[in-house]
Amino acid sequence: MAQPLVVKKDDDLDEEEYYSPFLGIEKGAVLQEARVFHDPQLDARRCCQVITKLLYLLNQGDTFTKVEATEVFFATTKLFQSKDAGLRRMVYLMIKELSPSADEVIIVTSSLMKDMNSKTDMYRANAIRVLCRIIDSTLLTQIERYLKQAIVDKNPVVASAALVSGIYLLQTSPEVVKRWSNEVQEAVQSRAALVQFHALALLHQIRQNDRLAVSKLVTSLTRGSVRSPLAQCLLIRYTSQVIRESSMNNQGGDRPFFDFLESCLRNKAEMVILEAARAITELNGVTSRELTPAITVLQLFLSSSKPVLRFAAVRTLNKVASTHPLAVTNCNIDMESLISDQNRSIATLAITTLLKTGNESSVDRLMKQMTNFMSDIADEFKIVVVEAIRSLCLKFPLKYRSLMNFLSNILREEGGFEYKKAIVDSIIILIRDIPDAKESGLFHLCEFIEDCEFTYLSTQILHFLGNEGPKTSDPSKYIRYIYNRVILENATVRASAVSTLAKFGALVDSLKPRIFVLLRRCLFDGDDEVRDRATLYLKLLDGEATVGETEKDVNEFLFGSFDIPLVNLEASLRNYEPSEAPFDISSVSLETKSQPLAEKKTTGKKPTGPASALSGPVPIVDASYEKLLSSIPEFAGFGKLFKSSAPVELTEAETEYSVNAVKHIYDGHVVLQYNCTNTIPEQLLEEVVVFVDASEADEFSEVASKPLRSLPYDSPGQTFVAFEKPEGIPATGKFSNLLKFIVKEVDPSTGEADDDGVEDEYQLEDLEIAYADYMLKVGVSNFRNAWESMDPESERVDEYGLGVRESLAEAVGAVISILGMQPCEGTDVIPSNSRSHTCLLSGVFIGNVKVLVRLSFGISGPKEVAMKLAVRSDDPEISDKIHEIVANG
Amino acid sequence: MESCPLVKNILVLDSEGKRVAVKYYCHDWPSLSSKLAFEKSVFRKTRKTSARTEAEIVMFDSYIVVYKFIQDLRFFVTGGDDENELILASFLQGFSKAVDHLLRNKMHRRAALENLDLIFLCLDEVADGGIVLETDAKAILDKVSGDGLEGSGSLTEQKLSSALATAREHFARSIFN
Repeated sequence: MAQPLVVKKDDDLDEEEYYSPFLGIEKGAVLQEARVFHDPQLDARRCCQVITKLLYLLNQGDTFTKVEATEVFFATTKLFQSKDAGLRRMVYLMIKELSPSADEVIIVTSSLMKDMNSKTDMYRANAIRVLCRIIDSTLLTQIERYLKQAIVDKNPVVASAALVSGIYLLQTSPEVVKRWSNEVQEAVQSRAALVQFHALALLHQIRQNDRLAVSKLVTSLTRGSVRSPLAQCLLIRYTSQVIRESSMNNQGGDRPFFDFLESCLRNKAEMVILEAARAITELNGVTSRELTPAITVLQLFLSSSKPVLRFAAVRTLNKVASTHPLAVTNCNIDMESLISDQNRSIATLAITTLLKTGNESSVDRLMKQMTNFMSDIADEFKIVVVEAIRSLCLKFPLKYRSLMNFLSNILREEGGFEYKKAIVDSIIILIRDIPDAKESGLFHLCEFIEDCEFTYLSTQILHFLGNEGPKTSDPSKYIRYIYNRVILENATVRASAVSTLAKFGALVDSLKPRIFVLLRRCLFDGDDEVRDRATLYLKLLDGEATVGETEKDVNEFLFGSFDIPLVNLEASLRNYEPSEAPFDISSVSLETKSQPLAEKKTTGKKPTGPASALSGPVPIVDASYEKLLSSIPEFAGFGKLFKSSAPVELTEAETEYSVNAVKHIYDGHVVLQYNCTNTIPEQLLEEVVVFVDASEADEFSEVASKPLRSLPYDSPGQTFVAFEKPEGIPATGKFSNLLKFIVKEVDPSTGEADDDGVEDEYQLEDLEIAYADYMLKVGVSNFRNAWESMDPESERVDEYGLGVRESLAEAVGAVISILGMQPCEGTDVIPSNSRSHTCLLSGVFIGNVKVLVRLSFGISGPKEVAMKLAVRSDDPEISDKIHEIVANG
Repeated sequence: MESCPLVKNILVLDSEGKRVAVKYYCHDWPSLSSKLAFEKSVFRKTRKTSARTEAEIVMFDSYIVVYKFIQDLRFFVTGGDDENELILASFLQGFSKAVDHLLRNKMHRRAALENLDLIFLCLDEVADGGIVLETDAKAILDKVSGDGLEGSGSLTEQKLSSALATAREHFARSIFN
């Protein structure tokens, strides 16, 4: 068999195998060949071959131009004249591939409709599927009758074809498909497995918006007439949906339909067992008693000879381990044997499950097994493992030594950026959270940057080193690593190293003279940024510069966190016009306007239910409000605008006059801005003003009102009312509003208004000013650092019962909106199954008082939510106030 | 997960990762290049594994891919990451077994290409718009051959295979000339 001239790719191949019947095939030539479709005497076999070639071209990714496609389509329609069954099948395929346009479809509909009523079952089934793919809703009504018949056809292939087409058509013509309910219901009782499956899928989709109907469907079918495994899987999915929805208004007692799910665990078909087990593990607030039978069947799957089954089981158990680690510990022995599984996906899932369920004593043994394991898996699996190790280390801080060693070992091995970043992030988090791990962790990071190919990671580590290094017992040992960067690296890393050196110089007096020497050398660097930084820091540390008058200022400058959102800074800088006045950074708004941080953190993963939805509309507080208000002389003396709320609607939708209000908060004043729109073309409004009754807002007194001269149809205008309130005090109250104006009739044809008008008024909804209006949403980049830098004396802690809530996420959302603060570090996103949650909030209260809040939530069986609230702020009185807000909210 | 189980694509590749026949049912890969990139990464990630006796599985980029290698052809079925793996596996099993039978166990890339019309018909009969139509290999074969659908004059298994073999020879001959 030796074939020396042929490169052998596989043992049982010879040179012939590299020959393809389609070798050298060309679109143009095949299109020419398609002319045989027009022959009066059709050669069925030859036509089949040409269609196959055309399909081959399309399947390989070739495309036809519009003209070519039309030509082929018309030629293909000629082939309906042939009675050859094989050719007809190819014609069906070709038509589906070409997806003809509406005006072309007409040409084939009559042929297809004829096939749909053919005596040959195969023609009927296929013609239905083709026709439903290409027709529009008007044609659909013409064939509806046949489709209804087909659904209950005694041939299962025909029935399935009609049902699947129904699922497809439901998207475009729901009103037609909904009329087939009776037939579909009949088909659910079919004895053919797949007909039952397709019928159930269609029936559910028809009823999916009607909760009661779905519930009835599930109730009747769980009593057992569904036999096909696929249909049973569907039924399990629908059942868990019903359970999820019913558990919201039904507390305590037995979970409905649980018996059904449990009985499915004893099904013959593995896919049904898996579906049921997974459904049970995903039940809201599942108890360990409910979990046990599901875990038992999954454990059996772990030792199956089929990789797919092992994978499915270990993947499900891995998820359970996140919320109920104890429930999974029984499977630990099986899991350990899976570490050596041929399939690396299975091995990775097994390892991370073990890391979640492991106890302190098993850590060392696990680490030993992992070392061999890491060398032969792909980067994406390694990242999963690194993340699991990080959470294990936070769980067992005493074991930091072996875990930190493990991380530093894998840091030295080959790997891509994402993988290395995951390791570096983990080490940094461990250093922050476990004080004992600090020195060794910093040392590992220093070793890493000596030979690090990723600029991003080098600068991240240098920045971190600058903050943590000076506070260690022997800061001097880090200088060598940092200065090596100045000598060896690219400009970005060099600049970053210069900043790090300066931080050491500022905090460690004994090192200062040596740092000066090093920084002076940097003055000769080839890069502008590096030189500029060196110059700045030299001046700064010398105490000569204007930026830092005292040592405190220097440290503030070097270490202070940069809280201004970059988007806002960019916008302000764009607006800045070069002039004598320097750009004032304190004028930049601190309000976070872009998407909340949480959004960014969850990218790459799927959104986890309602919690990840945006927290209400983002207020459009920007320079435009400030400009508008400062242009009004009456309000010019109010000082700096602290906050503008999102517009609050004061009228129902689609009323004669549409009004919403924006609350502008100043230190000693509040301005209410009413945005009015006149929606009646025959009217012109003049002298529009809002009468505000502030009798339920004691601390406010009206000082100015600015009416709107004229409000023509459909061009919005604003009227303002200003109030004085005690300086710096977060006064609250309720305002009732009455819109007053003069109406003038407008002649719609000329657009001219009558001279005489009539006074009229219009009642608006009440407007409230609450504490949240005095809170700015200002995020912090590192909550823990910020928290610790606040005076512990200002901390106030108390516990609250929030009563019965729909879900944890709903309770957390409610508290966040009462406080009006910015969730930090993505803690407003709550995993769907969790029983407890910690949420971190930050904000600035009126009077520029920084406030940080740590909320710990817990939920008990019957949805009773309890909350512990800890506040730290610049002013202990404000801490008390926050509690007051929550207590009253 | 209230939806019907869906298949996102079916791929039949050769031992070098080239397309023999593919079918995509969803818009996750809108362009030809994104499709080819997906096929390439699936091929690369599974190259070193052996999926000959039992179907194998891999998960990446939020997709679950079950696959099976038969001779020098590689079959892949992709589903979403919340899909029931065993449904995908039974689907893969039905399809690959049907193709295996069609080519009378002579499953070489060339045989597949020479019988591409039958493979296209198989692809058409196993799923519609991603919804599973049939998972039983025998039933798929019956539908492809038209057997059992034409009522009385149904062919026996043997007749069918010899008929297919003849058709194959004719087809091959005419394409090669």
